[in-house]
Amino acid sequence: MSLLRQLPPLILASFVVVAVLLVCALFAGPLSPHDIAQVDLRNRFQPPVLLGGSWTNPLGTDSLGRDLLSLVLRGIQVSMTIAAIGTIGGAVLGATLGFVAAWIGGWVDNAIGVLIDFQATIPNLILALALLAALPQASFTLFVLIMIVYGWEQYARLARAIALSAKAQPYVQAQMILGASAARIITRSILPNAMAVLLVNMSINFPKTILVESTLSFLGIGIQPPDTSLGVLIGQGRDQLYNAPWVALAPGFVILIATVSISLLGDWARDLVDKD
Amino acid sequence: MSWVVLRLGRALLTLLLLIAFTFFTLAMNGDPAAAKFGPDIDPETLEAFREKWGLNYPLWKQFLIYLDGIWRLDFGLSFRTGRQAWELVSARLPATLALMLPTMFFSIALGVPLGIYAAAHRGGRADRLTIIAAVIALAIPAFLLGLLLMYVFSVWLGWLPPSGWVGWSSFLMPVATMAVSTASVYARFTRSAMVEVMSHPMIETAEASGLSRRLIRRVHALPNIALPLITITALEFGNIITYAVVTESVFAWPGAGRLLIESVAGRDYAVVQAIILLTGSTMILANLLADLAYGWVDPRIKDARRPRPHRKEARA
Repeated sequence: MSLLRQLPPLILASFVVVAVLLVCALFAGPLSPHDIAQVDLRNRFQPPVLLGGSWTNPLGTDSLGRDLLSLVLRGIQVSMTIAAIGTIGGAVLGATLGFVAAWIGGWVDNAIGVLIDFQATIPNLILALALLAALPQASFTLFVLIMIVYGWEQYARLARAIALSAKAQPYVQAQMILGASAARIITRSILPNAMAVLLVNMSINFPKTILVESTLSFLGIGIQPPDTSLGVLIGQGRDQLYNAPWVALAPGFVILIATVSISLLGDWARDLVDKD
Repeated sequence: MSWVVLRLGRALLTLLLLIAFTFFTLAMNGDPAAAKFGPDIDPETLEAFREKWGLNYPLWKQFLIYLDGIWRLDFGLSFRTGRQAWELVSARLPATLALMLPTMFFSIALGVPLGIYAAAHRGGRADRLTIIAAVIALAIPAFLLGLLLMYVFSVWLGWLPPSGWVGWSSFLMPVATMAVSTASVYARFTRSAMVEVMSHPMIETAEASGLSRRLIRRVHALPNIALPLITITALEFGNIITYAVVTESVFAWPGAGRLLIESVAGRDYAVVQAIILLTGSTMILANLLADLAYGWVDPRIKDARRPRPHRKEARA
């Protein structure tokens, strides 16, 4: 209890928001009042409850008469899942390359260093756009792969730096002399030391991944209908900003509180690990 | 001198990697001829099309032809319009720069003083508010901020034109959309650089000699934060390009960013290549210039044995 009281109110609120989003993402199906594929053209643009609508569609309906609450829940599920896969995948990919670079050294280190430099120089969204343009048609799997590649170089740089300094430490050198394998030393001794830093970077990267996914989906080149994500919903709603603003604003509000609260948590976690 | 050559070589290597990247990813794009005409086309037309665009050569030859073309700013013909890709892109550039330059100006003009103010009142309410506001501003996707502004000022209040370029008032929302997050990066970064400098022993010495806080900040602290600000400017340049791509699409702005999105959606790879090579080489140049300026202002950096500053961390 005392730990709870020590948390700043904003951080506590962020934890609550993240918990609610997690529940929404995990139980999007059972929580949905309607089937998201259920099109009802006689029931288009029903306003939300707050604007005089009915409880049948608490957030109103979109241009096809689909229930917006169910769509938003599905959007949360898709966006959070992709962000989670992207963040974890990026951390594994980046940390592995970073450890390999530090451990083998030589030209491998240089080659990975050039790749890190390249990725750090060219804006990530621009690279993602280049890859997306290269796909013959939209593909969900490849889109997720692009999300994994996004941000890998930060983990690589952090992991490389930590492994390099650990390599000079007596406890690692002792293990090397005793003949422990590289994989064993890295997973048993170096990874636990790097974990805090990597986790903080993941918490900072997670909202950024949501941001990139929703931006690309909003622009019509990410997740493709009939599947949906928060970005897709906002993209579909932007044309109805005049007559049915809730179609864009409801998913927009969800993205807003999601990315803001996760970012606040990430920032808070970083300050805990690394006090300036 | 050898340090400059090293940096130059690294920039060239990155450029070559970029060209190879765009070429090979976009060349993987299946058969553009089949994609353009669909399955019902007669083989002769298909063959004539391939011949016209040099698609019959082996990949390496296409790459050499492509490299040669880049020297002459010839990025090939746009599949969608049949015009020169570079012609299309350069026609859209002024509109994009008209957004980017004011954004850069306002971000620095707002962010840097805010950061200095927050650092001067470290731990106080203004400081905490600045940090939280910066985290929130960075967390909001640009397209969402743009849409919210459009909803409030165009739909609701009816003050500003919702999209396009109809006069000076058209600039307000796009520039605001782009500048909010960039300004908050400047504010946060200036704050932490300032806090770091102010904890340096030289500041204590200056205080002990009885100089006023204001004088110390201006004479001793500010020159020291100029260095990291150069680096962050090079990095933020890339972010502003990204914001421009998104913002132009939201506000139907007639710039190169919207052209990029349209070209990606239409799989028009000559245009995509041209824009990506342009932004990429701009970024490489910006980073190179920042590195050179950094070494020129602070000779200690030229020492190759020192670790390079962690530039990516500054972005967060």
